[in-house]
Amino acid sequence: MTRFRKTLMGTALAGAAALLAQVAGAEEPQRGGTLHFVVPDEPPSFDGHRETTFAAVHPIAPFYSLLVRVNPDNPSSTTDFVCDLCTEMAKPEDGGKRYTFQIREGVEFHDGTPLTAHDIVATFQKIIDPPEGVGSARKQYFEMVESVSAPDDKTVVFQLKYASGAFMPALANPFNYVYSKAKLDEDPHWYEKNILGTGPFKFTDRQAGASMSGERYENYHFEGRPYLDGWQATFAPKQSVRVQAIRGDRAAIEFRGFPPKSRDDLKEALGDQITVQESDWNCLLIVTPNQKRKPMDDARVRKALTLAIDRWGGSEYLSEIAIVKTVGGIAFPGHPLAATKEELQEMAGYWPDIERSRAEAKRLLEEAGYAGGLDIVMNNREIDQPYKIVGTWLIDQWRQVGIRATQEVRPTGPFYDQLRTKKEWDVSLEFNCQTIVNPLLDVSKYISEDKSGSQYGGYIDRELDEMFEEMNRAPEEEKQREIMRAYEKRILDEQVHSMITLWWYRIVPHRSYVKGWKISPSHYINQDLSNVWLDKSLM
Amino acid sequence: MATTSEIRVEAAFEEFERPRWRVSGIWQFARRQPLGAAGGIIVIIMILAALFADVLAPYDPVANDFMAMSEAPSWTHPLGTDQFGRDLLSRIIYGARTALFVGFVAAFVGGTAGLILGVTSAYFGGLFDLVFQRVMDVFMAFPLVIMALAVVAILGKGTENVILAILIPFIPRCARVVRSSALSIREMPYVDAARALGYRHHRIILRHMIPNVTAPFLIMLTAFVGQAILLEASLSYLGLGVQEPTPAWGLMLQGGAEEYAESAPWMPIFPGIAISLAVFGFNLFGDAIRDTLDPRLRAR
Repeated sequence: MTRFRKTLMGTALAGAAALLAQVAGAEEPQRGGTLHFVVPDEPPSFDGHRETTFAAVHPIAPFYSLLVRVNPDNPSSTTDFVCDLCTEMAKPEDGGKRYTFQIREGVEFHDGTPLTAHDIVATFQKIIDPPEGVGSARKQYFEMVESVSAPDDKTVVFQLKYASGAFMPALANPFNYVYSKAKLDEDPHWYEKNILGTGPFKFTDRQAGASMSGERYENYHFEGRPYLDGWQATFAPKQSVRVQAIRGDRAAIEFRGFPPKSRDDLKEALGDQITVQESDWNCLLIVTPNQKRKPMDDARVRKALTLAIDRWGGSEYLSEIAIVKTVGGIAFPGHPLAATKEELQEMAGYWPDIERSRAEAKRLLEEAGYAGGLDIVMNNREIDQPYKIVGTWLIDQWRQVGIRATQEVRPTGPFYDQLRTKKEWDVSLEFNCQTIVNPLLDVSKYISEDKSGSQYGGYIDRELDEMFEEMNRAPEEEKQREIMRAYEKRILDEQVHSMITLWWYRIVPHRSYVKGWKISPSHYINQDLSNVWLDKSLM
Repeated sequence: MATTSEIRVEAAFEEFERPRWRVSGIWQFARRQPLGAAGGIIVIIMILAALFADVLAPYDPVANDFMAMSEAPSWTHPLGTDQFGRDLLSRIIYGARTALFVGFVAAFVGGTAGLILGVTSAYFGGLFDLVFQRVMDVFMAFPLVIMALAVVAILGKGTENVILAILIPFIPRCARVVRSSALSIREMPYVDAARALGYRHHRIILRHMIPNVTAPFLIMLTAFVGQAILLEASLSYLGLGVQEPTPAWGLMLQGGAEEYAESAPWMPIFPGIAISLAVFGFNLFGDAIRDTLDPRLRAR
């Protein structure tokens, strides 16, 4: 048999096996049961438009619908969007500057009021142009939108300033919960403390500090869904508690992710009763210097901080104990718009020679008047993975150039309060976790404070803003990449507005009886639980 | 039943015996109170470890060493390392500094505040005493840990706030015990004499009453140090005490120690032993001091 025929036969056999596996795997979803899952944190508020944390998704998303969403059967795709509240995906009109959506009929909010196009318009107006005093973390995603209107009860029109490939991913963002216009008119802050959506589950109960639960919404607009009778989310900040909850079957899954050690422990203890899903993660931990406070208003000090961090070494070891892994710049590693290793190594903080890097850090500190060392306060979030782990590692990295950092760890609410309002910190560990991999939008966090809804460094950099806009208008990927490099260099090297630590790696070990949930590079996507079901034969 | 005047008489005899007590007192104490002496030795070792941590610790307690992550005890790292490769022995030695600092400051300040308030309350009596004691009742209605948690929740984290959180619940406990002793002292002729001589209240309280309640106060103090160490460890374990990378025993029990408890049991075991030994040592020592200072127990 020739080598080619052997290969052909092997390929045919592999194909047949894959087909059989697919047929066998296409199990019929079963209705009923309550899904118990653990969440590492509580939502700071219930308003998804304002929040950026998974804690405002995992226990909240099941109550809401979106206009369009990432295909729940293909959540890893960056281009596969499907209708949720619309009837058909809108085709670009007017040279890609207009999108018209028809809204499903018969959809009702959980209080029985009908959903109309005006609710969708009110929702997106709140996101794109929020009233004074109302936070919107993703308003910058809609830079290209000129207006959103409803010519009638069933039609929504988005008029864009310019055609943009970033529009549809922005629209499908899982935080864009559709709210009731009546409630928003009543009080634009209403959704911060209340829940009312059209999602697959109705809110039933919340025990502050303990749990949240939902029950099936019988009038859900996708017939036959959801499969579950209900769900209960238990808040457990300690990772060991969450791992033990899954091990003891008090919870079936934690949707965010565990470090390799926990995966191995669960797998070793429970064998086939545990299924593991893994994925690269469109999420990274960043160090944000507070530029409104001395000494972080000095670019030399900021540069010294980034130069002290051994990212290449840290990646090797931290990936064993934390949910971080990849060294990267501001764009999702591996994406065509992301920097290559060679390009990264040209920037401060990524030099391959850490000794040279730290010597330069010390020189800069001395030049800035901190030859005797520098004391700084770091704001950090009270979540082990990866905040506290990476925070402890960073303190040791900075210690090696004479920077003495004190870590102030806070629960999510007070952490955000510090990050957004109080700002009693020199540096804060925070994140840039995005949904659909789309670096053009994902890097919007770094633009000026008055344009970005989630930039907490307190700087205004018009040069950066221009680059961002130019990059988003650039029609060709080559040009976008070129601008992205300059944009990245300004953020990470020249001005050091931000310091990237490491990109995350997602590992979700869960009880094998949990079916219908698929991992994606984002822990925000595909979380309405409408497709999830429990295989009772495995329980 | 021994009266307070008898106590004063015995105390007066002790004044004369004090030089002898200094020379052979430690040996006598060890013979009479072997467990107390053992506790004392543990306390002394802790104090020495805290004072000379820089010399005794083989490694920098906060330095990460990724070439030695989660290493089992060996000659290089006698108590092993944690997930950051930090030497556990060094962290335990430095942790004694955190434990004793928090323990002593919280116990001394809380105890002293309780002492002054308790004696003052007993001295004035009447409505002041009644109201003050009801306020103390309110504070004492909360278990120690709950009270400390509430204080940290209000004031925030950090060593200073942890000390405050621990010392606040100590105040009513000490005040209550001291008050009961001070009530009988208030009726003593020398207190009446001091009043008759026109001494001010603060002089009578500070010069004549407080010295006579020192025995129960010292006993409370030693007990408080052990309790404070345990509370500090509890708060740190709950993430409300000192923060990483500060070496603190309670902090060493959380995070990695929980996650690696099965595969690297040395991570929780050694800090756990350190906490247990410290509390055990202070409790034994405190009991022995009580037995020594309490004439009723000493007479047995």
